[in-house]
Amino acid sequence: MEPLIEVQGLHFRYDSGPEVLRGVNFRLFPGESVALLGPNGSGKTTFVLHLNGLLRGEGLVRVCGLPTRPEHLPSIRRKVGILFQDPDEQLFMPTVLEDAAFGPLNLGLDPPRALHAAQEALALTGMSAAWHKAPYHLSAGEKRRAALAGVLAMRPEILVLDEPTTYLDPPGRRELADLLRRLPQAKLVVTHDATFACATTTRAVFFREGRIESEGPTAELIRRLGWDERLPPAEPAP
Amino acid sequence: MHIPDGFLTVPVWAGLAAVSVPLVGVAARRAQGEAEENRIPLLGVMGAFVFGAQMVNFPLAPGTSGHLFGGALLACTLGPASAVVVMTAVLAIQALVFQDGGVLALGANVFNMALVGVVAGYLPYWLWGQGAGRDLAVATGGFLSVMASATLALTELRLSGVVIPPAALWLALGVFALNAVAEGLITLLVVRSLDRLHPGWIRRADAPRSAAVKTVLGASVALAVIGLAVASAAPDGLDRLAEELGISDRSRILWETPLSDYQARFLPPGWLQQAAAGLAGISLAGACVAAVAKLLSRRRSA
Amino acid sequence: MRHLVLEDWSRKESWLHARDPRAKLMAAVALLLAIGTSPAGSPSRLAGYALLLLAGVIIADLPVRGVWLRACVVLPFAGVFGVLAWLAGEPGRAAAVGVKSYLSAWTLVLLAATTPLPALLRGLASFGVPRFLLIVIQLLYRYLFVIAEQAHHMRLAAASRGGGFRLRSRQGWRAGAGAVATLFARSHARAEAIHRAMLARGYRGEFPLASPPRFGLGDALLSLWASAAAAALRLA
Repeated sequence: MEPLIEVQGLHFRYDSGPEVLRGVNFRLFPGESVALLGPNGSGKTTFVLHLNGLLRGEGLVRVCGLPTRPEHLPSIRRKVGILFQDPDEQLFMPTVLEDAAFGPLNLGLDPPRALHAAQEALALTGMSAAWHKAPYHLSAGEKRRAALAGVLAMRPEILVLDEPTTYLDPPGRRELADLLRRLPQAKLVVTHDATFACATTTRAVFFREGRIESEGPTAELIRRLGWDERLPPAEPAP
Repeated sequence: MHIPDGFLTVPVWAGLAAVSVPLVGVAARRAQGEAEENRIPLLGVMGAFVFGAQMVNFPLAPGTSGHLFGGALLACTLGPASAVVVMTAVLAIQALVFQDGGVLALGANVFNMALVGVVAGYLPYWLWGQGAGRDLAVATGGFLSVMASATLALTELRLSGVVIPPAALWLALGVFALNAVAEGLITLLVVRSLDRLHPGWIRRADAPRSAAVKTVLGASVALAVIGLAVASAAPDGLDRLAEELGISDRSRILWETPLSDYQARFLPPGWLQQAAAGLAGISLAGACVAAVAKLLSRRRSA
Repeated sequence: MRHLVLEDWSRKESWLHARDPRAKLMAAVALLLAIGTSPAGSPSRLAGYALLLLAGVIIADLPVRGVWLRACVVLPFAGVFGVLAWLAGEPGRAAAVGVKSYLSAWTLVLLAATTPLPALLRGLASFGVPRFLLIVIQLLYRYLFVIAEQAHHMRLAAASRGGGFRLRSRQGWRAGAGAVATLFARSHARAEAIHRAMLARGYRGEFPLASPPRFGLGDALLSLWASAAAAALRLA
């Protein structure tokens, strides 16, 4: 089977800084959900930004068979939807509906069809009722779902989510996990949240110092590396 | 100083709007065409930054505090064209959302603060912003930016027939000068902090290379100052100008304004001279400071 | 925050709220022109404008007292020049300036309280204001609250460490400048992140700005009626 995303020997550094990515090899197949785990600063976000050509390093990055060269970027950005960590930075339009329509309009849809695509995406994420609201008036969970609607409105084949549980309370996380499980796209989830990773993905890769150190089924890899938030319970005061 | 609606006469606000609109249009086109492609979000967020920065208080005198206005800082970081666009956006939001400054008076406020404020803030930096004189140029820019905006606002109010007794005028100029000095210092301190954080944010001053261009620029500034002084020494000339432009007399029948018929009676004859002398003095002081800075930097680099 | 009240008002539903932003802009400008050019010595005419505005506030289902209070933002400015004119021996004219600038501010509050800013910007776009400038204003407004909140948190953090930015010393100025520089850096980083998010959704330099809906009969009526009333009062 053809991989949706194929990365081979990817190296990258910012300006003249140290190497952030030091030879990453990665494949994502249709229908797969993969967790991207690893310590802060191990290069996860930098890696993700290569998947739709926002950053370009040395090595091979192919999305649906297309290398991330400038001439392919419009179609690659249609195929790969990225949900960024801070929804405030993703919701830059005055209202939720206008924001969800931003992508479809950029794809060249005429305004009525773009609005229709936006409304469909909002319905999918349960945000239809808030279509007229300004992003500033949304709760953290609503912001996350509105931002996701903006990504889904472009009908991507691959969803990349960078720390999607940041700012969310436990019910908000559960809602998001439910929503992600309903979506048919192949998914790549960058997260520190072991429970969330287990609930939404089947395979996991572990980043350390700019390369993939180990991989395996999500639950097993987390157990093997001890990469979860289990702590001894607090002692009651004497 | 944001002028609300109701203070300026129609010829004053309409005339300034007629000047501001095309100039802002030119600035917008230049800013849009500038190399970095992330201009649109950058300018929007920087406008929001101006609001945030204005919430930070700096102690001026016991009981009072000032804050950054931002024209000079934006000019040194984003470049003058983008700074004009950002300041115009800030003023538009202040008028439309906060009722801070009028809508009819927006052209005048844009002229004072977004156009003259930014250009006056950038000029010293543009001319002497390279080398050792940079810090002085940055501070002088902040000073000139606020001083020019405030003096212009006062002048426009006067032209519209608003009564300002000489004592109050001098007091106002004193307060403006204090704020202007603060703006110079704050701008300089912020620029120095930015130097440490990310030197690339401070735009390289792409000063005109040739001494001839500098001389012409310096001479034209001097001429403008002298011209203002001469014009104010002969108030008849200004009056005639006002008449010809339709600011007074004929227009007054149609566009009567508060206090306008009392202008003559309560306008101390020496007012314009005093104001112009003050303006000229300030400008000359600024020019001297800048010239000394230039000399110093030349000596050090030699 | 002060402006959030106005934003809530602007999202209400009334006949005035439902009108096209262009109609409301025209009506407001007509009123501002009439108020601004009225001679000082005609209290009845000024009262006429006030009644017109009051009618607008009632039609828009806005709290009358709240609108009055908001329009008071001009009083400090008007007050200073009023006192100066009064000192110069013209209390009547001083009062007239104050009333006129207050009525103008009232007009602006009514405009802003019945028209959300994005709609206002769409209206301005169809009056020929450069799109680039309007998009910058739109983004400014979007991030105004976000960055003001950031500045507010920084102020709280400084205050909780005992100093605040109101220190009398040289350190106070240094700390303040440092705070402004930090805010600048964060804003810069935010702008870059927004740009990335825009690119990721196919942005290629064309920023969509929705166009206003069709200008209807009610809209035409509003602009005509308001302009006629303002002109009648002015020329009466």
